[in-house]
Amino acid sequence: MYKYFPQTEDDLKVMLQKIGVASLDELYTEVPESIRFRGDYQMPHAASELEVRQVFEKLGNENKQLTCFAGMGVYDHYTPSVIPNLLQRSEFLTSYTPYQAEISQGTLHYIFEYQSMMAELTGMDISNASMYDGTTACAEAMMMAVAAGKKVNKVLVTGCMNPLTYEVLKTYALHQNIEIEVLPIRDGTTSLNDVKVALSQGGVAGVIVQQPNVYGIVEDFTGFAEACHEQKALFIMDSVAADLAVLKTPGEWGADIAVGDGQSLGIPMQFGGPYVGYMCCTEKLIRKMPGRIVGMTKDNRGQRAFVLTLQAREQHIRRQKATSNICSNQSLMALFVTIYLSLMGKEGLKEVAQLSYAAAHYLCDELLKTGRFTLAFDKPFFNEFYVKYDGDANALYNRLIDAGIMGGVRLEEGLLLAVTEKRTKEEIDNLVKIAAL
Amino acid sequence: MNNRLYGNLIFELSKEGRKGYSLPTNHFGNYEIPASICRANDAELPACDELTVVRHYTNLSNNNFGVDTGFYPLGSCTMKYNPKINEEMAALPQFQNLHPLQPESTVMGAKALVLFLEESLCALTGLAHFTFKPYAGAHGELTGLMTIDNYHRSRGDMARKKVIVPDSAHGTNPASAAVCGLEILEVKSDANGQVDLVDLKRLVEAEGPNISAMMMTNPNTLGLFETSIPEIAKLIHDCGGLMYYDGANLNPMLGVCRPGDMGFDVMHINLHKTFSTPHGGGGPGAGPVGVREGLQDFFPYVSPHHGNFGVMMRACAYILSLGGEQIKNVGPLATLNANYIKESLKDVYELPIDGLCCHEFVFDGLKDKSTGVTTMDVAKRLLDYGYHAPTIYFPLLFHESLMIEPTENESKETLDNFIAVMRKIAEEAKTDPDEVKSAPHNTPIGRVDDVLAAKHPIVTYRALKNEEVKE
Repeated sequence: MYKYFPQTEDDLKVMLQKIGVASLDELYTEVPESIRFRGDYQMPHAASELEVRQVFEKLGNENKQLTCFAGMGVYDHYTPSVIPNLLQRSEFLTSYTPYQAEISQGTLHYIFEYQSMMAELTGMDISNASMYDGTTACAEAMMMAVAAGKKVNKVLVTGCMNPLTYEVLKTYALHQNIEIEVLPIRDGTTSLNDVKVALSQGGVAGVIVQQPNVYGIVEDFTGFAEACHEQKALFIMDSVAADLAVLKTPGEWGADIAVGDGQSLGIPMQFGGPYVGYMCCTEKLIRKMPGRIVGMTKDNRGQRAFVLTLQAREQHIRRQKATSNICSNQSLMALFVTIYLSLMGKEGLKEVAQLSYAAAHYLCDELLKTGRFTLAFDKPFFNEFYVKYDGDANALYNRLIDAGIMGGVRLEEGLLLAVTEKRTKEEIDNLVKIAAL
Repeated sequence: MNNRLYGNLIFELSKEGRKGYSLPTNHFGNYEIPASICRANDAELPACDELTVVRHYTNLSNNNFGVDTGFYPLGSCTMKYNPKINEEMAALPQFQNLHPLQPESTVMGAKALVLFLEESLCALTGLAHFTFKPYAGAHGELTGLMTIDNYHRSRGDMARKKVIVPDSAHGTNPASAAVCGLEILEVKSDANGQVDLVDLKRLVEAEGPNISAMMMTNPNTLGLFETSIPEIAKLIHDCGGLMYYDGANLNPMLGVCRPGDMGFDVMHINLHKTFSTPHGGGGPGAGPVGVREGLQDFFPYVSPHHGNFGVMMRACAYILSLGGEQIKNVGPLATLNANYIKESLKDVYELPIDGLCCHEFVFDGLKDKSTGVTTMDVAKRLLDYGYHAPTIYFPLLFHESLMIEPTENESKETLDNFIAVMRKIAEEAKTDPDEVKSAPHNTPIGRVDDVLAAKHPIVTYRALKNEEVKE
């Protein structure tokens, strides 16, 4: 019949007879004729596998492959070949949520490892099994803070937040009746004094900052957690996962909740997804945390085993009283991150960070040498930075695109550029040469 | 499967001095990260060589069960075959290397795929526009409800904050409504498992001006088509509410009936169910939301880019492969398979509502309740025989729910074997109930202690090590 449909004419006859109907059509006698679909779908004819391949290859060639110096939350890090290979193991790929622990130890086991690694990376006590992406994880953290607070609905958000994340926060806040107060930008950073003043007005459930912030600046959050805790607000940090290999961790800054995107841990950019959001928190908040959590236990043979736990928080049991409506995790991408971190280890991660740091600072120095660019803020940055341009920044951006280079993201008076370990010296020098024209 | 030999955590295979990566040399000179911005201690990650990592995860995969392993009749989850060509297409570097903020002129191929997917989904659902921002089914529900809420707000109709949800609905429906800031009104099911029209009319009369929407999945979670859907849609529309279609059960409607024609205004689709993209152990999926003409202006900004584009590419490959003609067979063949199992087992398992079902149906446990063998026991015994268990204890309408969804991809032989095993288990329940109650026996681990896990949560390796020290 068709390669995905194994029913032969004989099968159909026997099966319909068993059911007691004369045709496939008769299986749907409950559907009123007035709403039955009797037409043809306005869609192409069935394509052979070869033709499917040809369609994709033709469309693929209509995309322009650019040398990527863009970031703003999505970074072009290298994917070790082990990962896509293992992710195609169909026992991982074609399984569902590990409800049946006895035949899902593979999934449960790697989620436990993922949680352990993310807790290490962020310096927090615990992690959930992962979330959709960094922006929605941040929104979930915002809702978690409001739910954990007592009759408070205001959240302070740094003005240096990635505007794409901020838009998602605004959406969730509108429907949850959460009031967002945006903190002023002080020389490219968030000011402790502004936080303290806003907190002193009362009614604040949480304070959300970003590390590195939207300008790529590594901020100093000394005193932030204490200020929050004095006013019973939660301190929430949204960080780029890969950078935490070397940067002072959310745990060290005293954060209550650490969120962010794991895409920087080698996940391909693939036009926006799938990525993986992470959420970690202090032990105290474990029962307020949304999402799946895997815990250790024993089986009836006395063996160590892993299982979905603390499910009383979740929607399939709590329905409208659940901590969130999230009912899955981003499991396969959590596996991606787990394998990446297993391969890289702490040394590899640090090397990636150092390479990216060096390459970004080299690019920055070379751009400044041309005399056409200035660094917008005199603050420490990691592998992303914002430079102002003394000419027409749109024309510059387009000139780079024409040369096959994505010269960062257009931001205000210039470009926001990011560099990873994938960029060679030749690629960087080429960008500088074209930008200097 | 072997838990004894391969039950280690990757951390337990670590040895300082090993590494599993290689990186380019630094040609950029001496740029040192200042200590003032650095963490005090390194993250305790494993140090492993490449083969150790590969072998560890390969062995973990052997402790898993997927659709490629065997029959996976998990009701409500539509565990259909995930074609291999889809995977290969999604991995094409011409798409994988695209930054989501690249200018439009450089991503024409990707945009063309999104457009093709939108047009196809519109044709299949009878709706006019789709947004691809939602990352999953539950995220789609939330997006759809926000769309509806935005629509009411735009008209200054601020009172509409209540959502009608059937008592048989998926748990995500009320949870999504709550996250959207809406209140839930539960409508009862009648003796036939369908929305109780009398109860619905009562709710509409009492709450009409406050009703934002009604959420339904059709066929419902019992696998039954809601015959009164045109009347229900009229009731809700007449009081000013909108109709939301939970696309979890869209599969049996392909080739049969379109949500737009049923009277729905907004819906989400689980691409990982109906459009064959893999479930990946619980994600990533994709939950695009479709609307009637005019409502597309109210789509919310629920994610920054183009949704889970990699998942969308797989759905495109599936749609291209089936084309307009073959896709019409999906619904009827899924429904055929489900009814065949139901008719073949209803003499030994309790079928609470007789008659034709769609893609799935629900048994209320074994017919003979005297053995003490529960739905949990049947599910665990199925694992011994090499099957994934059906969905159990959902929907909540029955005490011993056992929800079976075979999908269109399974052959008569697979179904016959499953039926034979289900009958065998029913027999065992009488002759050797202890064997069933203590199942599974042939799996890498036995039944797990859920209470221990929840009472004293150990959720990281660090905590596990501390625990071992204490012991």
